[in-house]
Amino acid sequence: MAEQRRATVHEAAKEAREAAEVERLPEATRRESLEVEDLREHLPGIEPDRQVTDWGRSERVEKALDRTLVDFLYHYWFRVSVEGVDGVPDDHGALLVSNHSGALPPDATMIAKAIKEEHPRPRPLHITVEHFFKGYPGFAMLLPKIGAVPAHPANVHRLLYDESQLVLVFPEGRKGSEKLYKDRYRLRRFGRGGFVAAAMRAQVPIVPVCVVGAEEAQPIFAHLRLLQKLTGLIYVPVTPTFPLLGPAGMLGYLPAKFAIRFLDPIPTDQWGPEPWEDSGLVQTVAEQVRDLIQRNLLDMLSKRSSVWLG
Amino acid sequence: MDTRRILITGLSTFWGGRLARALEEDDAIETIIGVDVDDPTVELDRTEYVRVSNQHTLIRRIVAAAEIDTVIDTRLAVDSTVAPPRLAHENNVIGTMNILAACSGPESPVRKIVMKSSAHYYGCERDDPAFFTEEMERPHPPKTPIERDIVEAESAVRDFADKHPAVTVCVLRFANTLGPGLRTSHTRLFALPAVPCILGFDPRYQFIHEDDIVGCLEHAARHDLAGVFNAAADGVLALSEVADLLGKPLAPVLPPWGTGLVAKPLRRAGMRFPSELLNQLRYGRGLDNRKLKATGYEYRYTTREAVQQLAKQLRLAPILRDAREPYRYEQEVEEFLRYSPSVRRGER
Repeated sequence: MAEQRRATVHEAAKEAREAAEVERLPEATRRESLEVEDLREHLPGIEPDRQVTDWGRSERVEKALDRTLVDFLYHYWFRVSVEGVDGVPDDHGALLVSNHSGALPPDATMIAKAIKEEHPRPRPLHITVEHFFKGYPGFAMLLPKIGAVPAHPANVHRLLYDESQLVLVFPEGRKGSEKLYKDRYRLRRFGRGGFVAAAMRAQVPIVPVCVVGAEEAQPIFAHLRLLQKLTGLIYVPVTPTFPLLGPAGMLGYLPAKFAIRFLDPIPTDQWGPEPWEDSGLVQTVAEQVRDLIQRNLLDMLSKRSSVWLG
Repeated sequence: MDTRRILITGLSTFWGGRLARALEEDDAIETIIGVDVDDPTVELDRTEYVRVSNQHTLIRRIVAAAEIDTVIDTRLAVDSTVAPPRLAHENNVIGTMNILAACSGPESPVRKIVMKSSAHYYGCERDDPAFFTEEMERPHPPKTPIERDIVEAESAVRDFADKHPAVTVCVLRFANTLGPGLRTSHTRLFALPAVPCILGFDPRYQFIHEDDIVGCLEHAARHDLAGVFNAAADGVLALSEVADLLGKPLAPVLPPWGTGLVAKPLRRAGMRFPSELLNQLRYGRGLDNRKLKATGYEYRYTTREAVQQLAKQLRLAPILRDAREPYRYEQEVEEFLRYSPSVRRGER
C-alpha cells in the first residue's frame, strides 16, 4: 500500500513535470519553478519494508483502526451517504476544505473513509491538526499514525506540491469543534485565509466539503474551563456522555445520520502568477469558499427530515 | 575553483580524521594539514598534524605559510555529554571566531570554507515543520547551551560570508549521527536493553551514517557549494520503528510532565539524557535533504540502513569488546615516516 502510494506520488510528480506549461510564465518565475521542480526528483525513494511513512503514518495502525472502529462507524453507526466524491482528483494534489464539528471530531475520519470507500481510485488523505496535539502525550503518539499532520504551511505545501497528496483542512480550527450545540451548522471565521494561499502556492484545486451529522453526533452543551486548565487540553466539553461516563465518554457518539457532499473543485491557477501575494484576493476566495460551504450545508439541512434517519 | 591545499581543523575529532584519510587518496590534493589540540585518533598517511590551540594568530601563520586554499572546520561539538558546557562554548563559539579570523583579510589565500554544523541549529519544538528546509529559521530562540553555541557559531560564519563575497562558504547541517566507529548520546541510549522514551510520545527521527558525514564533507571540499545545506539520510523513522529495527522494546521511563526532573536521577542509572536530546525525544525532527542531493551527492545509507548497521554493531559489541588495538599517535614515529630519507614511499 505504502509502495503503491509512493509510486503514485512519483508518477504524479513526473506527469506534472511533463505537463508543466512553463512557456507561459515570465522568465523569473519559470526559472524558479524549474528549480523547485528539480527538487521533486530528489524526494526520498521507496523502502518497501517500511510500515511507516516519513510523516509517521503507520499502515498497520491505520489498517487495524480502519477495519474495526472506523468501518463500524461509517457503515452502521453514522450510515454515511456521500455525493460528489468523483470530483476529488485522481492523481494530483488537492486541498479539501470542510466544516468542523463534534467535540472529538468524527468528520475528518469519515471524510477519509468516504474517499477510501467510494472514490474510484482510493487515496490516503492527510488531515491537518493543530500543533497542540504534537505536544500532548498520547495524541502525539497516535495522531500521526492515522494520517494527521500538524497544520504548518510548509507541511501542507510539501504534501500538496512535492508529494501530490490529498490534504484536508478545517479552516475553522478549534473554533469549529468547540462551538456549542446552539450554534450548530453556523460556520465560524475561516482563519486568515491561509488555506487559500497554500493551495495557490501549490497550484492545486480546492475541494469544498460539507458534512452534516457530526454536530448532532457529539453535541457540546458547555465547557469546563477549570478542568481544561488542569489538564492543559484545548477544551474540555460537556457532551451527552462526557464527563458522565469518564474519559471513554469522549468516544460516545450518538447515531446521527451523516451526509457528506464533495463540491466541484475550484482551480487556483486562474488568477495569474503569484496570486497568494494579493491578500485581498486570498481573503475574497476564502470568503467565497466559506459561503459555498455554508449555502450547501443549509441546502442539505433543508432536505433532511430526521437527524437520525436522514 | 580547484581545491589543492587543505587545512582541516579538528583533526582529532572522529570526522576530521576520517575526512583526512579520505582526502589522502586523491593525488590531486597536494597538501593536507590538520590542526587540533589533541593527538589524531586515526592512522594517517601524508596528512601533517600540527598541535595548536584555537589561537587565530597561530592558525593564520599556518594558513599563510602553507598557502591553504580550503579550510574544513570539523571541530564543532554537538553533544553535551562529550564536553562540559564551558569547554564546548569555548570550542564552538570562540574557536569558530578564531578560525574565521585566521582566514579573513585581503591577503588571505583561503578561497573556500566548509563548516560542519548540526541540525540542532533548528532545535525541536512543538510548532516545527515536519521537514526543515535550509532557509527556515527556528521558531523559538535556543534554550540549551549546545543549541545556543551552534546558532552563535553559524551567525559568525554568516557574517564572514557576507564580508567575504570572494570566499565560498558552505555550512553543512548534519542530522544525528550513527555509525560503528562512533559513540554519541544516541548510540549510548540505543545500546541499553530497552530504548528509553517519553511516555505518550513517538518522535520522528532522522539520522546520518558516519560514512555519509565524511562523504558530505568530501563532496563539499571537492565542489563549490555556497550556502547552507542540510545533510541527513533519506527517510524519517518513528522512534518505535528504530526500536523495532534494533530488536528492543520501547521503555517509557520519562514522564510527559516533569521530564527534566526525572532525567537527572536517571543519569545515575546509566541513562544520560543531555538537555538538547530531551526535546528531540519529545517532538522529533525531520530535515529536507533535497538541496544537497540536487548538487549531486548520493547518500550511501538511508536512515533505516544506518539504524540496521547500528543494530549489527550492537550485537557484536559484547563479543568484539577491546579486540581492536586503538591507534596511538607517536610524534617521533609519524615524523620519521613522513620526513626520513630512509623511508621508501611505495612501501609504506
